[in-house]
Parts: sequence; structure tokens; C-alpha cells
Amino acid sequence: MQIDFLNEARRQAEICNACRYCEGYCSVFPALHRERAFSDGDLTQLANLCHNCRGCYYACQYTAPHEFDLNLPKILAEVRQESWKDHAWPRGFAELFDRSGVLLATGLVLGFALMFVLAQTLRPESGAGFYAYMSHNLMVAVFAPAFLLPLLAIAISLRGYWRTVGGGSLRLGDLWEATKSAGRMKNLTGGHGDGCNFEDEDRFSQARRHFHQAVLYGFLLCFGATSAGTLMHYLLGMEAPYGFFSLPKLLGVPGGILLCIGTAGLAWLKTKADRNLGAPKAWGGEMAFVLLLFFIGLSGLVLYAATGTTAVGWLLPLHLGAVLSFFLLTPYSKMAHGFYRMAALTREASVSRPAPVQALAADTERANRT
Amino acid sequence: MQSDPDIVVIGGGNAALCAAITAAEAGARVLILETAPKPYRGGNSRHTRNFRCMHSGPLGPLVESYSEEEYFADLMKVTDGKTDEHLARLAIRSSEECLPWMEEHGVRFQPSLSGTLSLARTNAFFLGGGKSLVNAYYRTAAGLGVEVLYEAAVTHLELDGDLVTRVDYTHEGAAKSVAPKSVVVASGGFQADTDWLARAWGPAAKNFLIRGTPYNRGIVLADLLEQGIGQVGDPTQCHAVAIDGRAPKFDGGIVTRLDCVPFSIVVNKDAERFYDEGEDVWPKRYAIWGRLVAAQPDQVGYVIIDAKSLELFMPSVFPPIKADTLEGLAEKMELPPESLRATVDEFNAACGDTSGFHPTELDGVSTTGLTPPKTNWARPITEPPFYGYSLRTGVTFTYLGLKVDETAQCSVGDRPVRNLWAAGETMAGSILGQGYLAGFGMTIGTVFGRIAGKEAAAHAN
Ligand SMILES: Cc1cc2nc3c(=O)[nH]c(=O)nc-3n(C[C@H](O)[C@H](O)[C@H](O)COP(=O)(O)OP(=O)(O)OC[C@H]3O[C@@H](n4cnc5c(N)ncnc54)[C@H](O)[C@@H]3O)c2cc1C
Ligand code: SF4
Ligand code: SF4
Repeated sequence: MQIDFLNEARRQAEICNACRYCEGYCSVFPALHRERAFSDGDLTQLANLCHNCRGCYYACQYTAPHEFDLNLPKILAEVRQESWKDHAWPRGFAELFDRSGVLLATGLVLGFALMFVLAQTLRPESGAGFYAYMSHNLMVAVFAPAFLLPLLAIAISLRGYWRTVGGGSLRLGDLWEATKSAGRMKNLTGGHGDGCNFEDEDRFSQARRHFHQAVLYGFLLCFGATSAGTLMHYLLGMEAPYGFFSLPKLLGVPGGILLCIGTAGLAWLKTKADRNLGAPKAWGGEMAFVLLLFFIGLSGLVLYAATGTTAVGWLLPLHLGAVLSFFLLTPYSKMAHGFYRMAALTREASVSRPAPVQALAADTERANRT
Repeated sequence: MQSDPDIVVIGGGNAALCAAITAAEAGARVLILETAPKPYRGGNSRHTRNFRCMHSGPLGPLVESYSEEEYFADLMKVTDGKTDEHLARLAIRSSEECLPWMEEHGVRFQPSLSGTLSLARTNAFFLGGGKSLVNAYYRTAAGLGVEVLYEAAVTHLELDGDLVTRVDYTHEGAAKSVAPKSVVVASGGFQADTDWLARAWGPAAKNFLIRGTPYNRGIVLADLLEQGIGQVGDPTQCHAVAIDGRAPKFDGGIVTRLDCVPFSIVVNKDAERFYDEGEDVWPKRYAIWGRLVAAQPDQVGYVIIDAKSLELFMPSVFPPIKADTLEGLAEKMELPPESLRATVDEFNAACGDTSGFHPTELDGVSTTGLTPPKTNWARPITEPPFYGYSLRTGVTFTYLGLKVDETAQCSVGDRPVRNLWAAGETMAGSILGQGYLAGFGMTIGTVFGRIAGKEAAAHAN
């Protein structure tokens, strides 16, 4: 971790701790107010609890030009990005985060080329639908490792993260709390239900929360569709292509649509929001990631629409190429945030359980203060 | 705005915005003249955290009830009876309908933390603090067509008998004027003009720190008082507290507050103690230390604690100065080391049985035979490392102001000025003769801002 990022985050956290006006916006502040001094692990955890809604920036009486120069969303974004790099596995891949914009683009092209060449050279003798272009076994041979290896990498990274933030043994109850919180995107309501400050300075809006929810659920639906297809293939011996009233399609079509809407919305919001309230270096990579997801959703839908036409010949490698680079880059791109965020929320659930008795006394004190 | 607006509101803080919104909702065309640039808009209001509110049952974030009588009794206690009962009760009674009004106009409160009993009974805390309140009001005002000019400093109100005929201001380097039908003054106190403070307090005031905005310099207040507009209060009355001596001259706000005095000894620059540090719980003594420090040489005090007390109070923005010996601490804080050693030794010797020590209650753990005594939390200062903070007087706001009646209207001689109203800090002296009740500043501003807006609009329409 770059030491100046941590020191700057520590400086700002200490100011917030003396102020406490933003308590209530998100789970960063209750976690912050539990500490008196901030270890590197504490700051890493705070950074991963922050979802960059910017509420605390626009509400802060100490932002520049004030000499205290508070910009919590930005410094936490920097620390967060650095923490992902620090915990990346294998270590040598950490730098990919900073280049993930370019990388995603190259990955896309290479993935496409690879799929195309594979499809051309190993074109099956027979097979219906997509399998007329690429045998099922070939797809599995490519995608099983492309899916499992990144998952392994993420798991190792998360274990490192858990150590850094001082997490103890994992409890299912805490994991469940975190899942509930993430599923509703509770923190993205801004604490008052009006949402984030993102695309239009201090105006609160639900746009980011709703688009993000569309992406999350769209993604999960698509993922469910693929899983359903795989299970049907292996367990039930039912081979693709599936009709519209089949599980893969019933999940996949709405999933793809949600994914497209959500990612398009997030990309649009991103162009409106002030870049100086995030990690400037990460902007390009994040944008590329959102667009890649959009592309996956769109190409998947188009592919379905094109069933039976010759366009499948180039649409399929394009779509699969995108999915491949998405999988491979998961541990080194914005996609990692989902995993770290779950870890951070779980960690938070585990420490926020006992009622902070001392904090209550301090609160009563504060009520009478001007 | 092409032609002159119906109403000019002077200032851009809580009182001004409440007036502007109310007037605009009544159909008036409103222009806000705010001297600060946009990032610093909102005066002292941007530093606030809560609003004191009467309520007969659970209301918004507030639990239980807080009656008019209890509220008024609290006010009588802190002001020693120096209040205008009629206006005070008006403010208190109206506060109850203000809270829902604030929510309707975009203000969001901290949800009362579940399981904490009377914490959120008297004061409703703004989610995000005063700046988020101010932001919400600016959004609402914009939606109602209120026009805002930043960096527009009002310099003069032309008074013709009992009518304001013109408002002069500077904007983008040019002198300008408008002739509205009604004018609301909500431009705060004069605390940021340290020359004025020095005229009232003597040269000591030059060393005071100003906790809030540097833009409340009392320019409009002075201009109106000079023209014979009714005055209330005197220039020495203000809310002042002891804050971290390293705070910036202006705008340090809430984070510069220090809460360690009850667990410390406080000495002046000659390393001598001067007041009972343990007289009462800190929230009750917070405000008198501003004056105590102001009376010391160079208007500075030094808080000394030892390791065992470090975690007993809320952290503040600057870390304490730290040393392994008292002499080392004295050197770092530029205090005479032998004198500090002597003062601490004398204090330590006067401490008795400390087994009853209790940080959050008056524990009666006191010194014997020491002047001044320390009557609670008196534990010897022995355990290294030793820590110190410097203390200076931090002025929150001044009370000298415009006298208003229950319609927030100003007067000249013994008759009302037909088209001039005042709200907020600039008229708070009409209610607060001395002392201060946490959260009451925002109550006064909200209640009288809304009254002023309504009256100004009625006159203009
Ligand atoms: C650190 C701090 C914390 C506080 N906390 C609380 C709290 O929790 N609860 C509470 O009730 N009170 C609190 N107060 C007191 C509270 O801030 C004031 O009582 C209240 O904000 C006054 O509101 P106002 O609108 O009258 O003045 P302000 O908010 O100060 O607004 C005055 C406005 O007038 C403008 N202005 C000044 N001169 C001119 C001019 N010549 N031309 C044009 N514009 C001009 C200023 O720029 C400013 O925008 C606190 C004060 C401070 C300093
Ligand atoms: S971001 Fe600013 S207003 Fe919010 S808690 Fe921190 S210092 Fe206070
Ligand atoms: S940006 Fe939003 S999520 Fe992050 S600390 Fe601030 S209020 Fe919390």
C-alpha cells in the first residue's frame, strides 16, 4: 500500500472522528467511530465499507478550499484500490488493476480471436445451435479453468484481506447479515432512503442504487441461466439450444436485459459524476469494466435473437470472448469489489454485534454540545 | 432577475433560507444576497449539528416528549432569566411545527439510535450536519425560483423614515443596488470583525479564534444601528468556549472542541492554575471556559493530563502534545518547566483518595487545601507519558443585534420599519440576553426566518 494514501486516510478519519456529523449515512461511520486510533487494517476495512456515494463529501463543512481539505470518498477510493492491488494473487498481477481498462480491451480482442480460431479449426462435425459452431466439450475445456482459476485467486486474496483487517473465525450469521445488506444495497439508500449524491452534486437520487441493483440481479440471472444450462446438460442430458420456456432462457433473457439497462445507466452516471471524488487512476478501468458487462449482456441477447442465422458464426466467438476475458480479469478488475465488499460487510457484522456501551455515554455527552 | 425582486433576503444561512423559501411559497419573487462564495455559503449554519425542538409526543427522530415548560425552564437556567419571555415562548412553541416543515423542505435527521433512551429527546440531529441542511434548502429554494447571488456583499440599506428604499451591495467588483418591496436581514452577528470585538473586549479579543464563518462581520448590523434601528444586547455578550489553541483563526467548527478539562489541570502561561477544572460535568462548564481563558495573560491556557486519562474523552482534531516527563512537556509547550513541576507537585499532594473516581458522574473526588480547588475527578498527574493541549477562546456568535417584535419586524424610534424584518443570529439577542442552550440558535433562525418570510411576502404582495 502506498504509505501516503494510508496516512492521508488516517488524517481525515481522525477529523471525522472529532466531528461525527455523517454518522448515519453508511456503515463506514459507525465503524470509524468505534476506534480512537486507526491501524492500516482499520483503514483498509473502512475503505472497503465505502461505496463512494459522496454523501459525506457534499455534507462536509471542511472540504477544500477549507484547510482541512476533507475528501473522504476520494481517499477511501484510493485506499480501496490499493488494498485490492496489495491482496492480488498472484502478486505479480497486482499492477493489472491500474491497467485494467486497456487490458479489458485487449482481453476482449484476444478472447474473440482465440474463440474464433478454436471454433474454426475445431468445428464439430455435427451439433445443433451453438454446438454447431463449437462443441460442448471444447467450451467446457476453455471455460471451466477460466472460471475456476480466477475464483481460486479471489479466494486467496480474500483470505489475505481477512487477515489484514483482523477478522477472526467466520460466522455464518455474519455472512447472512452481509448478504442481506448487499442484496438490498442498504447502504446505497444514504441512511435516509433518498439515495446517493452522485451525478448531480448534492442532489440525492436513487439512480445509482437502482442501476446497480439491475446489474447485480441481471448478472446473477445470467449466471443462473448458465448454471441451469450446465446442469440440464450434465444431469438431465438435455442439450442446448433450449426453447424460450426453458430455465436458461427464462433466466437469461431478463438477466441480459437488466444487465444492459443497469450497465448503460451506471456508465452514463459515471460520466456525470465528479471524477475528483473517486480514485482518478481507476476511472478508466472501471468504465471499461462496466462497458464490458454491457457488451456481454447485449451480445448474449443478440446471439439469442440470431439463433439459426449465419451471424452466429461470428457472434458466438465475440460473446464468448467477452465472457472469457471477464472471467479471467475478475480478480484484477472492478469485479473484485463485489467480493471485497462482501468480506468487509461480513467483518463489520462480526464487530458491530455487541452494543457499544461506552459509545452511548459519549453520545449523551455530545447531545449537549454546540 | 430583470426587474427588482419583491423581496431581498440578506445572508445565506439557515434563517435566510427559511425566510426565502417561505416567501417564495407565498408567491413572492425572492433574491438572496450572500456575501460568501458558493463553497462557503451558509454562514455559521453550515457548522451546526442539531435543532432543539418542543414536542408533546414522539416526533420525527425525537423520542418521548419535551414540553414548553421544560424547554423554557432549561432556557431560564442558562440565561439566568435574561430572556424575553414572550419571544422565547413563541420560539419554543413554534419549534414543534418547524420539524415537519424542515423535513418537507429536504432536511434529513439522524434516526434516533435504537436502544438509547433520552439521547434524542430534546435535540434533533441533522444527518450530515448543518451543511447538508443548508444544501437541502438551497435545492428547495432553487426549485421555487429563488435567485441566489453569491459573493454579493450588502454594504448599506437606505432608510427613508420608516421605509427601506434601497439595498446597496457589491458584486463582481461593481457597486450595485436593488429596490425591493421588502427586506429580510439574516446576516448573522459581527464576531468575525475582530476590530469590533476588540473595541468591546479590549485588545485581548485580537487573540480570540472565531469558530464559524469569517463572513459574519456585522456590516449590515452596524449600518442599521447607525441609522437608529432598534438595538438589543451589548457588544460584550457572546457565546464563547475554550477550544484547541491550534485551531484555525476562522471556521474551525466543531472538531476543535476539547473535552479533557475535567480530567486535567489547566494552567496559564506562567504554569499556574486559575480555576476549578472539576466544577461540573463538561457540557455544563464548556461555555464558561471561553471567558476564563480570555482573562488569562495572552488569552491562552494549557491543559495537562497524564496517560491514565487519555481515553476518557472524545478525540479532537489535533493530537495532544506528548512527552515522557513533565519538564519535557513544559518545554514542548513553552511553559516554565520548574513552575509546571511545582504546580503539579502541589496539586498531586492535595489529591486524596481516588478510589471513588467516576468519569461520567460528579464523583466528589476532590483536592484538600488547594486554591483554587478541584472539586471532582481530582487524580494526581503522575503516569507518563504526559499530554498537553493549548486552549484559546473560540467565539461562536455575538448577541448584540436588532430588536424585533413577534412578527420579526425591526423598529426605528418607537415605530416599526414598514418593510424590514430580521431573523437568526442578527436578532438572537432579542431572546438570549446571555448564556446559550444547545440547538436554540437553529430554533430561533428557523422560527423567525419563517415568520419574517411570511410577513415580508404579505407586505410585498
Ligand atoms: C461551530 C458551531 C456549531 C454550532 N452548532 C449549533 C447547533 O448544533 N445547533 C444550533 O442551534 N446552533 C449551533 N450554532 C449556532 C448557529 O450556527 C447559529 O445560531 C445559526 O446558524 C444562525 O443562523 P443565521 O442564519 O442567523 O446565521 P448564519 O448561518 O451565520 O448566516 C449568516 C449569513 O449572512 C451572510 N452575510 C454576512 N454578512 C453579509 C453581508 N454584508 N451581505 C450579504 N450576506 C452577508 C453570511 O455569509 C451567512 O451566509 C453553532 C455555531 C457554530 C459556530
Ligand atoms: S466528512 Fe466532514 S462532516 Fe462528515 S464526519 Fe467527516 S469531517 Fe464531519
Ligand atoms: S462516500 Fe458514502 S459510503 Fe463512502 S464514506 Fe462517504 S457517505 Fe459513506
